[in-house]
Amino acid sequence: MALSLEELKTGYYNMVLAREFERKCEALFQQGIIRGSLHMCIGQEATAAGTALALRDDDILITNYRGHGHALAKGISPRAAMAEMLGKVTGCCKGKGGSMHWTDLSKGIMPANAIVGAGLPTVVGCALAAKLDGNDNVAVTFFGDGATNQGVVHEAMNLAAMWQAPAIFICENNLYSEMTPISQTTNNKDLVERAAAYNIPAEIVDGNDIEAMHDAVCRAVTRGRQGKGPTFIEAKTYRTVGHMIGDSQIYRDKAEVEAWRAPERDPIMRLGAKLLGHGLTASQLTAIEQEVTRVIEDAVQFAKDSPYPALDEVYVDVFEHRIA
Amino acid sequence: MRELTYSQALREALYEEMARDANIILLGEDIGVYGGLFKVTDGLLAKYGPNRVLETPISESGFIGAAVGLAMCGKHPMAELMFMDFAWVAADQIFNQACKMRQMSGGQVSVPLVIRTQQGGGRGNAAQHSQSLEAHFAHIPGIKIALPSTPYDAKGLLKQAFRENDPVIVIEHKLLYNTKGNVPEQLAPIPFGVADVKRTGKDVTLISYSRTVLHALEAAETLAQAGIDVEVIDLRTIHPLDMDTIAKSVRKTTRVVIAHESHRNAGFGAELSARISETCFGWLDAPIERVGALDVPIAYSQPLEAHTLPSPDKIVQAVKRVKL
Repeated sequence: MALSLEELKTGYYNMVLAREFERKCEALFQQGIIRGSLHMCIGQEATAAGTALALRDDDILITNYRGHGHALAKGISPRAAMAEMLGKVTGCCKGKGGSMHWTDLSKGIMPANAIVGAGLPTVVGCALAAKLDGNDNVAVTFFGDGATNQGVVHEAMNLAAMWQAPAIFICENNLYSEMTPISQTTNNKDLVERAAAYNIPAEIVDGNDIEAMHDAVCRAVTRGRQGKGPTFIEAKTYRTVGHMIGDSQIYRDKAEVEAWRAPERDPIMRLGAKLLGHGLTASQLTAIEQEVTRVIEDAVQFAKDSPYPALDEVYVDVFEHRIA
Repeated sequence: MRELTYSQALREALYEEMARDANIILLGEDIGVYGGLFKVTDGLLAKYGPNRVLETPISESGFIGAAVGLAMCGKHPMAELMFMDFAWVAADQIFNQACKMRQMSGGQVSVPLVIRTQQGGGRGNAAQHSQSLEAHFAHIPGIKIALPSTPYDAKGLLKQAFRENDPVIVIEHKLLYNTKGNVPEQLAPIPFGVADVKRTGKDVTLISYSRTVLHALEAAETLAQAGIDVEVIDLRTIHPLDMDTIAKSVRKTTRVVIAHESHRNAGFGAELSARISETCFGWLDAPIERVGALDVPIAYSQPLEAHTLPSPDKIVQAVKRVKL
C-alpha cells in the first residue's frame, strides 16, 4: 500500500528523530551524563520508520539493543526514553533498564533485548498469544545479521512456522556482526535463505528505502492478520557508525562508510529528496527538522530535571510484590 | 484417607488449575499424546485440546522463550523441562529473560511462567541426567523455587505456582513419582515460604527438601533408637525461604545438619549455613554439618553413584558428629 504524503512526512519525522536522538545520546555519553551501553542506529532509520507505518499500537514490537529508532517510531515518548537514558525515575523503565530495554506497553513495545537473537522466541510467544486469543495482532521483532547465527533464532523460526504464528522477523542486515563482517562468518550471501529452511515466506528489501520497507512489512502484516503465519524480511542496510560507542571501526574502510553516507544511499536524504519531488519545499523539511530539535531539547531538559529513583526502588519490580 | 502417587497428585493439580484458569497453557516435549516422560500430563491433551497442551520440538530455549512471550501477553504458561540438566540448554531464556523482564521494564511486564522439571540421581542416568541444580536458580533473583517431597506438597505447591504472577520453578524428583501419600480431594494451594516440620525433636535440627527429606526421616528413626531426638524440617520452597521456622528450631536444638542431593560445594546448604550463622550464632553448640553429593559428576555404575549421593546412613553419621 503506497504511503500518502502525510505518512511520508511522519516517516521523515521519525527518521530524523531517531538520528538526532542518537546524536544527542552520543554527546551526553561523551559528557558522562549517559553511561553503560550505547548502540546507535544511525544509517538504519528507514527500517524502523517504514515498519511502524504498517503497524497498529496493539501490534507487539520486540526490538534489540540497537532499537531506539524502532521504539521511537512505534510511539514511545521521547521524554520517557531520554529520562531512561539518564537513569531517571520518569524513564520508560523507571531508570532500571537503560538504553537496551525500553518498554511501553501502551504502544505494544515489550522490553527490548540485549542478548543477540534472544527476542525471537519471545516474539513467537507473543504472536501465538494473539492467535490463541483470536485477535488479528501481529508481533514484530528486529534483529541483526549476526543474530541469524544464534541457535535460538532457528528454534524460534521453526516454532513460528509450526504454530503458523503471526510473527514478523525483520533481519536488519547491516553487513557487520558487531565488529566482524557477516561474510566472514556466514556462507550465505542472502540471509533469507535461513527462512527457506523453515518454509517461512521471506523477501529481501532495500532497508534504506522507507517505501520499500513499508510495502514489505505491509505484506507480512496482511499475511499475519489473515492467519497465514510468519514472514521473514531481510532489510539490506548499513550502520554508518560503530557497533557501539567507542568502536574504532578498524574492521572496515572509511571509504565504504562514506559511500553509505552519500545522498543516494542515506535513508534520510533519500526520503528528503523524494519529499521535495512530491512538492514539499525545503523550508517545510527544515520545519520538520526544527520540530525534532525542539522535541529532543525538551526531552533532555525533562530528563535532567527528573529525579533519580529512590534507593528503595531496588526492591521493587523484582517480583510482583516488593521484597525486603 | 485418599492415597495418590506423586505423579497423580501433580496431574490432579494440573487438571484443577487448567479448569480454573483458561489462560493456563502447557508446553513441552512429548507432553500430549505420550503424556510426558513421567506421565504427569497424561490425559490433559484429550481433556483440554491442542490449543492448551502444546507439543513442542526438542527446543528448550525456543519453547521456554515462547512461554515467556505468552506470559507477557496474558497467558499463564507451564513449560515442562524434561530433565533439570536441560536448564543449561535454555539458560538464557530462563535467567536472562524470564527472571529479568519485570525489573528491566520497570514493572510494566509480568512473567507468570511455571517451569516444571525433575532432577536427581539414583537411577543410573549418569552425569547429564542426574544433577540437582536448585542452587543455581536460588542465585538468580526473579524466580521462586519449590521442591515438593510428598504427593500432598506436590499438589499444593504446584497449585500455588499458578497463583503467582512471577516465574516459578517446581522441581520434582525422578524417584518420587511413584511414591504414595495422603492427598485430600480438596486441597488448598500451599503458600510458598512456609516450611513443614515433619518431625519434632530436641537434640538436632535436620534441614532438607525434596527426596532427601525421606532420607532425613529414615535417619531420624535410626537416630531415635540411639537416643538422639532429631527435628526434621522440610523447606518445601527455598525461595522464598522460611528462616523463621529454621531459626526457631535451631535456637531450640543448638545443633544443625543440612542435607540435600545437590553437590556440597556451593550447594544451597552453604547459603543456609551462612544464614544460620548470621541469625543464630550465639545459640550454636557445634559447627553446622552439610551432607550433599560428592563434588564429582555423577557416575553411571551403581556403586559409584551410590557412593556419590547422600544416603540415610551419611545423614546419621553427620548428626552423630554434631551430637558428640
